[in-house]
Amino acid sequence: MSDLKTASRIEVLFDKRKDESRIMSLFLTAGYPDLDSTVDLILGLEANGTDLIELGMPFSDPLADGPTIQFSSTKAIENGITMQRIFEMVRQVRKQSDIPIILMGYLNPILRFGVEKFCEEAKSAGVDGLIIPDLPPEESAILEEHVRGNNLALIYLVAPNTSDERMQLIDAKSQGFVYCVSVTGVTGAREGDEVSRSVRRFIDRVENNITKNPIMIGFGIKSHQDAREIAAQADGFIVGSALINTIRKHYPEEGWKEKVFAFVKGLKYGTD
Amino acid sequence: MKYDLPTKTGYFGKFGGKFVPEILIPVLEELEEAYEQAWQDEAFQAEFKSLLKEYVGRPTELTFANRLTEYYGKAKIYLKREDLCHTGAHKINNAVGQVLLARCMNKERIIAETGAGQHGVATATACAKFGIKCIVYMGAEDIERQKLNVDRMQLLGAEVRSVESGSKTLKDATNEAIRDWVTNPEDTFYVIGSVVGPHPYPMMVRNFHRVIGMETRDQIHEAEGRNPDYLLACVGGGSNAIGFYHPFIEDKDIKMIGLEASGHGIDSGKTAATLSRGTHGVLHGSLSFLLHNEEGQVQPAHSISAGLDYPGIGPEHAHLFDIKRVQYYPIDDKQALAAVKLLSEKEGIIPALETAHALAYLDTLMPKTSSDEIVIVNCSGRGDKDMGTISKYI
Repeated sequence: MSDLKTASRIEVLFDKRKDESRIMSLFLTAGYPDLDSTVDLILGLEANGTDLIELGMPFSDPLADGPTIQFSSTKAIENGITMQRIFEMVRQVRKQSDIPIILMGYLNPILRFGVEKFCEEAKSAGVDGLIIPDLPPEESAILEEHVRGNNLALIYLVAPNTSDERMQLIDAKSQGFVYCVSVTGVTGAREGDEVSRSVRRFIDRVENNITKNPIMIGFGIKSHQDAREIAAQADGFIVGSALINTIRKHYPEEGWKEKVFAFVKGLKYGTD
Repeated sequence: MKYDLPTKTGYFGKFGGKFVPEILIPVLEELEEAYEQAWQDEAFQAEFKSLLKEYVGRPTELTFANRLTEYYGKAKIYLKREDLCHTGAHKINNAVGQVLLARCMNKERIIAETGAGQHGVATATACAKFGIKCIVYMGAEDIERQKLNVDRMQLLGAEVRSVESGSKTLKDATNEAIRDWVTNPEDTFYVIGSVVGPHPYPMMVRNFHRVIGMETRDQIHEAEGRNPDYLLACVGGGSNAIGFYHPFIEDKDIKMIGLEASGHGIDSGKTAATLSRGTHGVLHGSLSFLLHNEEGQVQPAHSISAGLDYPGIGPEHAHLFDIKRVQYYPIDDKQALAAVKLLSEKEGIIPALETAHALAYLDTLMPKTSSDEIVIVNCSGRGDKDMGTISKYI
């Protein structure tokens, strides 16, 4: 599609956000439920209100993930997902869409592929940024040079036990946005619907300390209701496991994609 | 050669570091601070030493293996008897150290991962001694292979949680323990069982095991009036080996040899020989060598010995390999079994299958030695726990 500088797709997205609306970012595991569906899913997600895609690069040992993403990762590896196939998926999407795409995954497959080659290929395929859950700012030297050299956004995370001082440091290092993990724990849907007071206190701290970057909140959001409550003070929200669970529930029955898209529409506009 | 590693940021040369989710960064910082403080504290040191003496049963003996020496007819062979430690292996040194530290930090809940079950038993034991709740994650396949140790842990009051994900062995048990830890960072202390994981674990676990090498030095000087020529130890994650080598690292004339488990053979695809067959990678929080495929997916390790069945290795070993201070060689399942038999018959000591990997290398090493040399093998554990496996082969 258009020729705009890739890292700026994310900036454009947040700049254009109207006060009353929230950015919806959805996480998909590349190659789940099968290799052929990922491109269609991304395009369908976009058509149903998704603003940003986090495309998961599967890893055999996803230690920050709960059972849902462990399952989709294992399945995608069995399906034969590779780094080259992931880049190919992004290239396919880019022929038809300018939706910002962030690759999310653990450090080891990136190291194995080669940091320099990975960043170059990601950039040329049309990737906008990276989220690497097991790469804290302390260790960023291992790939920072090539990330910057290829104008990719490196997005860091903050958690409820991150100190004010550290949030400021992470805000300074992060590009694109800061990913706020709403609860201490692994990814995945949680019991109970209400947003607890401790989550609100955390979000207050985030608001006070993350001032340079937009704020996206994730972990445990599974409905429009959750999203509205939790993202009230943020720029947007991230849903991962709940989407994967929806795919898992309907795949491969007739019309499974439409059911997934209906869920996505409901997340954004509250028709669930 | 001055050796003072890791660096402040937890690096041994190129290896080590803290590759963990953000949630664990404050937890590791708190641990690092508590550890530094405790390690400098005389009261902590006194209590640790007293537990090692009165509870673990240290110092462990250095036994001259006279019949084994006679069998090879070359250098003198000594055995550092970690198999005589309470619970039957060196693992208890570290478990006692970490649980003592957890108590200093007022942590109410202890979690651990275990492969062979030895570290799980050691942690459950230390927790029973201190009256702290203990949860041990163990791969479903290992639970099957090491039933006796599961019963021991339960008898000691620990809860054993079966891990069904991935290859259902040590690496998966470690993943699950880390997931528990990121979910409960406030009240939980993770007692890691080897010199792996994010900084400060590789350093801390090593220091709790350094007693092995320090005693060995005193004992061999008393027996022979000099340093040994060779030190042999088995290496999975590498805790017994590091504890044994570390006090001797600056003595550059001492040859140190680490024996990895090659399972069915280093090229069989069923191996745990990380340094022989692995490349640089990040698993469980540190950069080291790793067995993984071209896509960076971690490969299940294989060894007859559950305690060496790990696709990674401690970052300090990766460094010692890199700088060629320690030589590492592979030993396969068959060689290890033969060594179990040999030591049992010659010395009346049934070694653990892990330990047998170190002993098996004597077949290769001894013909090259001379009768005025001294070889010490770290006899890291006893073989009672492996009788189920061993029985199938004898």
